[in-house]
Amino acid sequence: MMHHQLALRFLCDDGGIDVIFTLQGDPSLFVASAASQLLVHMLTFSVESETTKPLSTKDGDWPACAQMIIKHIEDSLQSSSSSHIEQSLNLLTSLFGSCCDTWTEVLWLGIAKQIESFWMEETVQAHHMLAKLLLKVAWSPVFCDTESGIWALVTSALEHLTPVQAGPLAVGIVRHYNCPQDVRIQALTVLLQPMDCILRAASQPLEYAGLLDESVSDPATVESLLSSKSSCVNLLCQTLAHLEELLSQMRFSVDLPYTSLLHSLTTILQFCNGFLRPASPLGSTISRNLINCFRVQRSALDVLAALSEKKACDTLLGSLFDVLLAYLESPNTNPTVLKKTFQATSKWLVRLRELSCSNSQWQQTEKILEDVFLVLQKRLCSPCWEVRDSSLEFLTDLIKSLRDQDEFRQSLLSSEVPRLTEDLLEDPESYVRASAVTAVGHLAFITYFAPESPATGNQYNKENTVAKLHEILSTDTEGFPRRAVISIFNKWVREGCIGQLEDTEQFVSRVIQTVKHDLDWEVRLGGLELIEVFSSQTVCRLCVLNCPYTSVSAVTGCIHQNSSLLIFCRAKVFNFLFQSLCDCDQPLGQRACDILLALRCRFYPVKTLKDSQVAEDSYAGHGIAWLQRTLRQGSLAQNILTDGGNRVDFQDPESMLLALGIIDLEELHDELNKSSDHVEKSPQSLLQDILASVGTIEENEADCY
Amino acid sequence: LKLYCLSGHPTLPCNVLKFKSTTIMLDCGLDMTSTLNFLPLPLVQSPRLSRLPGWVLKDGSTFLDKELKECSGHVFVDSVPEFCLPETELLDLSTVDVILISNYHCMMALPYITEYTGFTGTVYATEPTVQIGRLLMEELVNSIERVPKAQSASMWKNKEVQRVLPAPLKDAVEVSMWRKCYTMPEVNAALSKIQLVGYSQKIELFGAVQVTPLSSGYALGSSNWIIQSHYEKVSYVSGSSLLTTHPQPMDQASLKNSDVLILTGLTQIPTANPDGMVGEFCSNLAMTVRNGGNVLVPCYPSGVIYDLLECLYQYIDSAGLSNVPFYFISPVANSSLEFSQIFAEWLCHNKQTKVYLPEPPFPHAELIQTNKLKHYPSIHGDFSNDFKQPCVVFTGHPSLRFGDVVHFMELWGKSSLNTVIFTEPDFSYLDALAPYQPLAMKCVYCPIDTRLNFIQVSKLLKEVQPLHVVCPEQYTQPPPTQSHRTDLMVDCQPPPMSYRRAEVLTLPYKRRYEKIEIMPEVSNKNGEKDGGFLLIQPNSSYCFSIKYKLPIIQRVTHILTDVILKYLFDNPISTNVSLDQR
Repeated sequence: MMHHQLALRFLCDDGGIDVIFTLQGDPSLFVASAASQLLVHMLTFSVESETTKPLSTKDGDWPACAQMIIKHIEDSLQSSSSSHIEQSLNLLTSLFGSCCDTWTEVLWLGIAKQIESFWMEETVQAHHMLAKLLLKVAWSPVFCDTESGIWALVTSALEHLTPVQAGPLAVGIVRHYNCPQDVRIQALTVLLQPMDCILRAASQPLEYAGLLDESVSDPATVESLLSSKSSCVNLLCQTLAHLEELLSQMRFSVDLPYTSLLHSLTTILQFCNGFLRPASPLGSTISRNLINCFRVQRSALDVLAALSEKKACDTLLGSLFDVLLAYLESPNTNPTVLKKTFQATSKWLVRLRELSCSNSQWQQTEKILEDVFLVLQKRLCSPCWEVRDSSLEFLTDLIKSLRDQDEFRQSLLSSEVPRLTEDLLEDPESYVRASAVTAVGHLAFITYFAPESPATGNQYNKENTVAKLHEILSTDTEGFPRRAVISIFNKWVREGCIGQLEDTEQFVSRVIQTVKHDLDWEVRLGGLELIEVFSSQTVCRLCVLNCPYTSVSAVTGCIHQNSSLLIFCRAKVFNFLFQSLCDCDQPLGQRACDILLALRCRFYPVKTLKDSQVAEDSYAGHGIAWLQRTLRQGSLAQNILTDGGNRVDFQDPESMLLALGIIDLEELHDELNKSSDHVEKSPQSLLQDILASVGTIEENEADCY
Repeated sequence: LKLYCLSGHPTLPCNVLKFKSTTIMLDCGLDMTSTLNFLPLPLVQSPRLSRLPGWVLKDGSTFLDKELKECSGHVFVDSVPEFCLPETELLDLSTVDVILISNYHCMMALPYITEYTGFTGTVYATEPTVQIGRLLMEELVNSIERVPKAQSASMWKNKEVQRVLPAPLKDAVEVSMWRKCYTMPEVNAALSKIQLVGYSQKIELFGAVQVTPLSSGYALGSSNWIIQSHYEKVSYVSGSSLLTTHPQPMDQASLKNSDVLILTGLTQIPTANPDGMVGEFCSNLAMTVRNGGNVLVPCYPSGVIYDLLECLYQYIDSAGLSNVPFYFISPVANSSLEFSQIFAEWLCHNKQTKVYLPEPPFPHAELIQTNKLKHYPSIHGDFSNDFKQPCVVFTGHPSLRFGDVVHFMELWGKSSLNTVIFTEPDFSYLDALAPYQPLAMKCVYCPIDTRLNFIQVSKLLKEVQPLHVVCPEQYTQPPPTQSHRTDLMVDCQPPPMSYRRAEVLTLPYKRRYEKIEIMPEVSNKNGEKDGGFLLIQPNSSYCFSIKYKLPIIQRVTHILTDVILKYLFDNPISTNVSLDQR
């Protein structure tokens, strides 16, 4: 309604706006938020639709409705009620987040002084809201000028708010493309000071450079926060979360002191497992506060993982891996911390590989890999399923990233890890079985599919592994392992690992027969993806595509076309595709339709049989008419499975070629792509709902219309 | 209120509390770490051990070469192992009125106390403590007696000689007090002096003190004790656990409002989380067996082994170890496994409910039924016929100095495929392994100690708020090897009072109240005239000793620091009240 002047006037003139003001304080957060959003819309619409010249701070210039809202905001900000202040701050945050018109600057100038006074007053407890508001204002294009007064306000806020309150503001400001250098330094100081304090508390004199120049600011506040357990943990977790956010941003261009940051992170991790002897009284206190603190461990490991992408951390690699291995080896490491340790280790091993190439640090790499596989071996035997699962995920990550590295392959294959991984295919926990399937699938790239694949002597050879995965696909009672198998089979086929075309055809045919009746729709979808990969590979291999670099005559093109159609029919691809068109799970129908459309493009590159008006009786004999009718009657037709099989021969190339040419796949595609609630979203359905909710339809029908 | 500290071992305590004219011994733990200085007792002739060279002094003297043998740079006494007894000279142990036992590990010195000191009092303990304690003693005696050793070494104990010996023999304390193991008749005699008690049962001692055992959650039948008079309460916290394992949970509430809390028996490995250690145990076990190796677990016949078997029950199928045999070898293996199933009332709630189904509370019954776990009294007999490898063997003694474990160490020590996994925290695994060096088999240290750690103690003390805490000195400072870990010490206000072996502590408690029962004839018998009164000086060292002959007519309670027995003034009476000076 806020696109209509009449509606706006109705609300403003008849007291409706007062109701909306009141609803800002509704106990339901949804209602309160909606009221705030509505006021933002009203203000924006009022200013944009009722003013013709630039606005000033004078009341008289603003439209009536805008004046009412602005006065309400100003009154609330000046009131002694913290809930009123918070409501107005919320409203302003929404406004500056959504509206970038120049009049917002005028509005801001009117309230900036009042806003600034809030962080000077201890009575106002809405500091996090203030930080959010300042961020929205600073990021608004209206205030992008470095000379803008907003930066003075930000500076003042960073000075006066506590490190915990200022954190979110600082992280938002550091990323600002137009942030003045001095403000950015101040924001970075807020973010780095806890890390700097950790470093200084751990070693005296400082072995490495600190993160900050000591003259930048007074660390007393941060030190006092680090001295109490709860505030220490909160501050560090928040700081680490902000740092991870910054480091994870690809486009973050500000250089941080990465080496010192890495040192500080390893120090935190050592404090947490009690391995570090602090050199100062503050260090002892921090150590006591952090020992066995899983929250801080997890956050620090997240930052550590993000830091692996950055250069200039190479000098500390030795001690970094010492810390990571200590975490991996320690029986006291909590399973969730272990998972994060695995993630960080995997990222740093990739980094190590990059460095090893350049610095010839093979020996160090080999030793680390040896230690990693030794501990992985033990973790794969853990009685805790979460640990076994994380270990398998870690192994998969490593293989994905390092499988082309000789040293990695040698270390892996000389360890017990491959055999233990295969054993876990029979784990009683379905998540672990699923992860084992994925790991074994990736392991196969090294053990069986690599050109120089070694004889591993494990209990499974290539055939056994494939058979084992097939067995899981057809018999496992849980969905996760079956999904993992079909996903791995897809990967194998995509990477051309199965072998010659004949082998792949047999493989795909067998898999399709297994998955087409699977109760899990994701497994069936995986089967369709397999068909998609297989069909495009087959067509490519038979050179049906008109490659610009090869000339294919009409005759050879036709031969290839027939061959590929024959292969698809033999592999029982069409049966599954047409069956999936009628699947009760919509994504399957959509995917099957997409695949059929793609196939049709290959077989009918110019026009379809439908376009060429082929006589109906020419294809009736093949049951295509029946198929078309059944599909058209609704994608829900279930009888394709029952009597459809008798009328259409899905393994007959001629029939399938006709089907592709005749069936209106576009129409089917449109039908399938309608969202499942398209009926419920229609105006008619809405009307029925309204009628039903007000009671007797007959009495109210006319009014509703 | 005095505490005589007879043992320096914080988890094997032996203290005597003098309280209200009663002398109460709190536990009598036996420090067996002394046995680590001795050569192992092999069940079958060990050519390796018998070939060890005698130790020769630097000056070439060989007079000790029969008593001391050298093995991989360490020197061992070639004699029957001896144990370090609690102090017996600090006070006359014949004056001990009662001995309170907390758990079966803390009663192993009982025969030395009851049979050698003129002790005539009573021992109080719960039934599982006595029964399992008997099994531990039986196994100990059996393990040592079945390998008779002709020679006995005593020359090395001479102070002049000991000085020139290499460490750790040189630093061994009070070696002259070390004693050989007791005999089964002595064990039986000691156990006959035990009176069985149940949790929360109040036991009156001479009408002056009441003692009550409380569940401590550490082991079957393990207890903490409340020792109280009318206005004083001393809590004795020995091995306790807050983890959910098989025993009844710890009763913390009853420890509240103690004037003094004596704290012993905390975890010996505060940095090792028991859950993590069990995980480590299972992982290493599985890895070894999968590689075709055998696993040896030196352990006591009761306690953690029940939990380990329960974990393995859940783990072996998932780890594909269903076909691997598990052997439990101990002269008391059968009794231990059976006892655990019949003490239902002493078990945690979950296990208790199983009994009503009816199902055995511990799943090792099923392991035995399905032949996955087999138990034998020794390696001789049926075991040698059934023995299949790779396998897992649980056997004692954790010190690796006697028992069937010695045989397996000799048998499997040469292969790197095998693993010995240490789960008992009482012995340093490196010291235990010293006489087996060089050793090819893998060694894994997974000490599983479920007793309270320092974080739990800190919470417990905040919860129960004793006025004073008394504990071994080891708990008042960080461990020597981790001096920066200030979190690994007892942290409370006021700071705890510490004790060490052979120390006598006067506990800081000051009495503020006393209960007096006055008989009608008090005044006359003492020649007091009507209108006379007794004045008890503040902080006086007098107390009343009252003989009861007539019914009590009235009870009067006053603050001792300023009490005038006005009652006497108003009611001239006579009785046999006497004032004893203490």
